[in-house]
Amino acid sequence: MNAQCETILEDLDEYVVQLEDFRETLLSTMVMVNEIPAPTFKERNRAVFLVDRFSELEMLNASIDEKDNVLGIIPGRRGDRDILVVAHLDSLFDETVDHTVTLEPALAIGPGVSDNSLGVAVLGTLPLILERIGLELDANLVLLGSSRSLGQGDLEGLRFVLDNYKRPFTAAVCLEGVKIGRLSFSSIGMLRGELTYKIPEQYDWTKFNSVGAIVDMNDMINRILEIPLPRKPKTTIVMGQMEAGTSYNTLPVKARLRFEIRSESDEIVSDLATRINFLAEEMTSKTGAMVRFKEIARRKSGGTEFSHPLNTIGREILKRLDITPRIAPSTSEVAALIDKGIPAVTIGLTSGESAGELEESVLIEPISKGLAQLAALLKAIDIGCSNES
Amino acid sequence: MNLNNWLRKNTYHHSAFADLKDLVEQKEKTGLMISLCIPTLNEERTIGKEVVIFKSELMNRYPLVDEIAVIDSGSKDRTLEVASSFGADTFLSEEILPEEGSKRGKGENLWKAIHQLKGDIIVYIDADIKNIHPRFVYGLIGPLIQRPEVSYVKAFYDRPLAFSDSVRPSGGGRVTEILTRPLFSLFFPELTAIIQPLSGEYAVRRSVLESIPFPVGYGVETSHLIDVYQKHGMTAFAQTDLDQRVHRNQETRALGKMSFGILQTFLKRLHSYGTIQTEQEIQTVLRQFQVRNDVYEAVEYDIPEYERPPMITVPAYREAWGLPPLKK
Repeated sequence: MNAQCETILEDLDEYVVQLEDFRETLLSTMVMVNEIPAPTFKERNRAVFLVDRFSELEMLNASIDEKDNVLGIIPGRRGDRDILVVAHLDSLFDETVDHTVTLEPALAIGPGVSDNSLGVAVLGTLPLILERIGLELDANLVLLGSSRSLGQGDLEGLRFVLDNYKRPFTAAVCLEGVKIGRLSFSSIGMLRGELTYKIPEQYDWTKFNSVGAIVDMNDMINRILEIPLPRKPKTTIVMGQMEAGTSYNTLPVKARLRFEIRSESDEIVSDLATRINFLAEEMTSKTGAMVRFKEIARRKSGGTEFSHPLNTIGREILKRLDITPRIAPSTSEVAALIDKGIPAVTIGLTSGESAGELEESVLIEPISKGLAQLAALLKAIDIGCSNES
Repeated sequence: MNLNNWLRKNTYHHSAFADLKDLVEQKEKTGLMISLCIPTLNEERTIGKEVVIFKSELMNRYPLVDEIAVIDSGSKDRTLEVASSFGADTFLSEEILPEEGSKRGKGENLWKAIHQLKGDIIVYIDADIKNIHPRFVYGLIGPLIQRPEVSYVKAFYDRPLAFSDSVRPSGGGRVTEILTRPLFSLFFPELTAIIQPLSGEYAVRRSVLESIPFPVGYGVETSHLIDVYQKHGMTAFAQTDLDQRVHRNQETRALGKMSFGILQTFLKRLHSYGTIQTEQEIQTVLRQFQVRNDVYEAVEYDIPEYERPPMITVPAYREAWGLPPLKK
């Protein structure tokens, strides 16, 4: 690492101190973001809040696009390159969920605070963060609150921007609320699928062995789990969500199973999808029920090497902050960036618990280190420490 | 006064004041100092968020509010610890004006805030609001900054989630509709134009606050409206729609106690203004009933509506504000 890049590490402790009293601004923004429900495909209200913040902070081109992405630009001194900072706007929680946040001295609690209200709040206050530590960049910072990221959204918002933004991005940083120390610079192969089971109305319930949707779907799960998975390349199947039935004593006629196949090999992902599709067809023929397989989302594996300068400086920054780097592949925003050949890394901003649950929480104290990490990373990208020579 | 005219002229929506940059510029031209008081009693779950949002949005980002103080009635939970950890000035009500003694009740905190806080305008915001937002403050301050003749701005909440018709009923909670509005209709018809007379959020000029007495209990909001109306008429009032307010709902029996306190205050006002004459002493015991092992029994609650005098008459206050002592 050259001397100029070393100076970035030396500035880190001061960044942390300078950003400690920034927490009120950040927490207040996070609370207001979180209390605007934004399930995937319904991010509009949250987008309006963020674009208002971008406009108030006098960012260039503050706007909402046709996919409900929010974009704003902090112009650089030279403005000859563009660095992308992205946080997804959508959350896992439906509009009917109480999105109220409770603030305690040490933590903030509320559904979606870590995924991803904290990330969005950092995006909405980034010009103030940079101003607080006196950091001016040569490159433009393009801030993106991306829509339609999770689940069936399949990164649609970010992909739209990457397809239509008129200039290349030098590099990208993706913000997630948790967990600080996380460094994701590669994507594993992934396929998100849905199996639906439906018994036709004219079904003959007197038929031998009629057991209903739950038992048949249980059989299907067992058969999927019987598929041998290789240890290398690493492969797994996650059974994520199941819906079926209405009461104690009524045979259910519908069921839905959502699952995710993850593998370091794209070929194995495709092979497993083919096998599960075959199992669905087989069950249809055996039971008379309509069992359908649907692909919801897919990611290709890829990414930068462990030794890529962006990842190296990312690890060095964390170590200087006394945080152990946690290298883990991702299936989130970084995957869409990898598809476009853009060096990208996902970072976490603090620690937290109960992600994805109503009592989701983030710790307040580590946030200043998370912000210092982000600032240092942006500076490193700006002065070329992340470039492959 | 034509009530519909008054409603048109003096009823706002908070969005009318959402341009905070502009509102701060207007405030600076007036030279007004604005204080925010949050009275508390065991509010650890909501106080942190209120303090952070108001301090960050209305002091740091837009310097609309000059000070934020939490005045506590002696919480048993971590209310004060949480509030101070997020940077609020915190006070125990009993430690303000100790020579005046201490009474229990939210009105006591509001009254002592007049002495403790420095603002020309004091904004009172309850601490139990789950969906707190800067609009709760700027929506109330706005009319006072823009209209010198307005002295008292009251909140109301009126955003139904869905309503298909162009005409819909609007009003307050159960106690307002069953007790307060019928009483106002009988004795102070113009005050019925205040859509939610019992809302705990309002912004008031010091010159008005220091000149009116404060019941320490449930009657404080009602007495304010009657006293300010008697002194200044309806032109002193405005009201702002703050959309929805999410808070704890109270049981009917608790509302009974609240109504009892309000009724006491109301009757005292009617008597002192000579609207009704009675020599009978007003009782302070409310009786409610319960059944224990199939036997009915009365449960008695003593709810005296003690009143604090106008702050302008308190010697320590006069001294602090450089006013000459009152002649005995």
